[in-house]
Amino acid sequence: MKLKSLFVGLGLLASVSAAQAEEPFKVGFVYVGPVGDLGWSYEHDRGRQELDSYFGDKVKTTYVENVPEGADAERVITQLAKAGNDLIFTTSFGFMNPTLKVAKRFPKVTFEHATGYKRSKNLGTYVLRTYEGRYVSGVTAGLMTKTNTIGYIGSFPIPEVIRDIDATFMAAKSVNPNVKMKIVWVNSWYDPGKETDAANALIDQGVDVLMQHTDSPAPLIAAEKRGIRAIGQASDQSKFAPNAHIFSVRDDWAPYYIKTTKSVMDGTWKPADFWGGFDEDMLSLASINPNLPAAVRAKIDETYTAIKSGEFKPFTGPIKDNKGNIVVAEGHTLTDQELAQVNWYVEGITDEVPR
Amino acid sequence: MDADLIVQILFAAIKTGTPLLFIALGEVICEKSGILNLGQEGMMLMGAVVGFLAAYGTGNAGLGVIAAMAMGAIMSLIFAVLVLQLGANQVATGLALTIFGTGLSAFVGSGVVGQTIQGFQPVMIPLLSDIPLIGRILFSHDILVYLSFVMAFILFFVINKTRMGLTLKAVGENPHAANAIGIKVLRVRYLAIMFGGAMAGISGAYMSLVYTPMWVENMTAGRGWIALALVVFASWRVGRIVIGAYLFGVASIMHLVLQGMGWSISPNLLAMLPYVATVIVMVIISADHFKEKLLAPRSLGKTFDPREMA
Repeated sequence: MKLKSLFVGLGLLASVSAAQAEEPFKVGFVYVGPVGDLGWSYEHDRGRQELDSYFGDKVKTTYVENVPEGADAERVITQLAKAGNDLIFTTSFGFMNPTLKVAKRFPKVTFEHATGYKRSKNLGTYVLRTYEGRYVSGVTAGLMTKTNTIGYIGSFPIPEVIRDIDATFMAAKSVNPNVKMKIVWVNSWYDPGKETDAANALIDQGVDVLMQHTDSPAPLIAAEKRGIRAIGQASDQSKFAPNAHIFSVRDDWAPYYIKTTKSVMDGTWKPADFWGGFDEDMLSLASINPNLPAAVRAKIDETYTAIKSGEFKPFTGPIKDNKGNIVVAEGHTLTDQELAQVNWYVEGITDEVPR
Repeated sequence: MDADLIVQILFAAIKTGTPLLFIALGEVICEKSGILNLGQEGMMLMGAVVGFLAAYGTGNAGLGVIAAMAMGAIMSLIFAVLVLQLGANQVATGLALTIFGTGLSAFVGSGVVGQTIQGFQPVMIPLLSDIPLIGRILFSHDILVYLSFVMAFILFFVINKTRMGLTLKAVGENPHAANAIGIKVLRVRYLAIMFGGAMAGISGAYMSLVYTPMWVENMTAGRGWIALALVVFASWRVGRIVIGAYLFGVASIMHLVLQGMGWSISPNLLAMLPYVATVIVMVIISADHFKEKLLAPRSLGKTFDPREMA
C-alpha cells in the first residue's frame, strides 16, 4: 500500500512536467485508509470512480490512499496541489488542519474537507447525516429484538458518534418502550479483533440486534456465527452475514463529488458547510434482507420515506437528556451547527457519555 | 453476574489469550537462546496474511496454518542471518523486521481485503467437553486452541526436563562457555529463532483464520508487542506465560463486559493499560540491572561471534 502511494506520487511528478495547454479538469482525493477497507475509504473511492465515468475525458482524477492523519497528510495534499489539481477532496477528520494550511498556500486551488468544521475562501466542508440512517436502524432494531436488548459498538465518543447513538435509541424507544441499549466502546475505527470481542461480550449479555459505529465487518461475522441480527454501516456488508444482516446504511458520495466538480468548473463554487442525507441520496439502505417480517419491512420503508421527504426530522423537541435536562425545546429542530455539538445521551440511556 | 456469564467470559478469555500464548511461547524459546527478536508483530502479520491467502486459495484452513508457519519461519530466517551471520544489532534488526512485515503484509494482502472464509469450527473432545463448566470453558474450542495447550505442555517439559532444554539455556546464559564445551551456539540460535518465527506465524493464522476469519491490514493491532512484554512479566517461564496470556484475555474481555453492564469506566483508560504495561516492560528489557533480578537469560540481546574465541 505504501508502495502504491509512492507510485501515485511519482506519477504526479511525471504529470507535472508533461503539462499541456488543453488539460482536463483535475481532481485529487486523499484517503485515510486503503481503498479496499470495504468501509469509509472504499465508499469515497466509489464516489471518485463515478465522478470519473460521469465526466469522461473532461475530468481526470487521482487518489492517494493510506495517508496517515498528521504531517504526512500536509505533504501529500501539497503534492496534489502542485501537480496541478484544480479541486482536492480530503476525506478524514484528521486532515482538517493540513488541508487548511495547504489551502492558504494555493489560493487558486479549491479544497473540500469531509467531516470537518474549518472553512476558508477556497475550502469548504461536507458531511453525511448518518443519524438519519441510524434512526431507521433504531426503529428496526426496536421491532426485531426479542430480548428487548439491543447493542451498539462505539468507536470514539465524539459528537458524530454520540449523535448517532441518540438517534438510534430514540428510534428504538419510539416503537418499543421496553427496549434497553447496551453500549460498548472499543476506541478504534478499525480493529476487527476488538470489534469481535465487543460483539461477543454484548451477545453474551442478551443483545440480539447489534449495531456498530466502527468500520470492519467483524461484528456482522460474529452476529452471523451466534445467530442474532445486525445492521451494517458505511458500505453494503450483506455478504458477510447472509442471515444476520438486516440492512446496511450505505454512504454514497458520488452525487456530491459530481455536483461540486461541476460548480468549480463553471465558477459558481462557494465555500459552504454541506450536509447530505437520504434526500440527496447520499445515504441509502442497501440490501434490505428479504427474510424480515413484512410488518418490519413496511415500517422501514415508512420511516425512510418520512425522513427523506423532510416530513420527519429525528432531532425535533422536546428531547430530554438522560439527566432530565431539556436539551431540545418543544417545537425546535436542531440546526446543523447544533447537531455538530451533541455531547449528551438522550433520556433512557443508562450509561454516561465517556469523558 | 451469573455463572453462565462467567463461563462465557472465561471461554472468550481463552480465545483472546490464545494468539498471545502462541507468539509468547515462540519468543520465550528464542530469548532463552539469548536472542531478542522484536520482529514479532511483523512475523505475525505475514503469518496472518499468508495463512489467509493459502486458506482462501485452497479452501483448506489446515494448509493455511502450515503456510503461515512456513512464512513466519522464513521471516525469522532473514532476522537470523542478519543478527547471527552478519552480527547486526538485534533490537534494530527486529524493529526493521516489524516495519517490513507490516508493509509487506498490507501489499501482499491487498487483493483479498474484505473476503471471508469458513475458518476452523469448534471441535468437541469426548468426555473432556462434557465436564460441567470446565468442559465449556476449556474444551469447546477449535483445534488451534488445543494445539496451544499441547505446545505449552511440550515446551514446559523440553525446557525443564530435557538435555535439549539444558543446551538451549546454556547457550542463552553463556554462549562462550557453551561453545567451549562443544555446543554449536549459532546452530542452536538459528533453530530457536526459526521456532519463534513459526509460532508467530501460527499466532497470525489464528487471527486471520479463527478469531476474525478475514484479512485486513494491521489486524494484529499490537499483539506482537504485548507478547514481548508478557515474556518478561512471566520471567521467561512457560507456566507463567500461560497464566499471563489468559489473564490478559480476561482483562480485555472484562472491560467490554463491564461497559455493557453499565459501569462507567473511561474506556480510554482501560484500552491503554496493556500498552502502558508494554512500555514499562520495554524499559526494563533495556536496563541491565533489572534483567538479572528477573532471571533473564544472561546473554540476551548480546552479539556472539564464535570467531572471537581463542
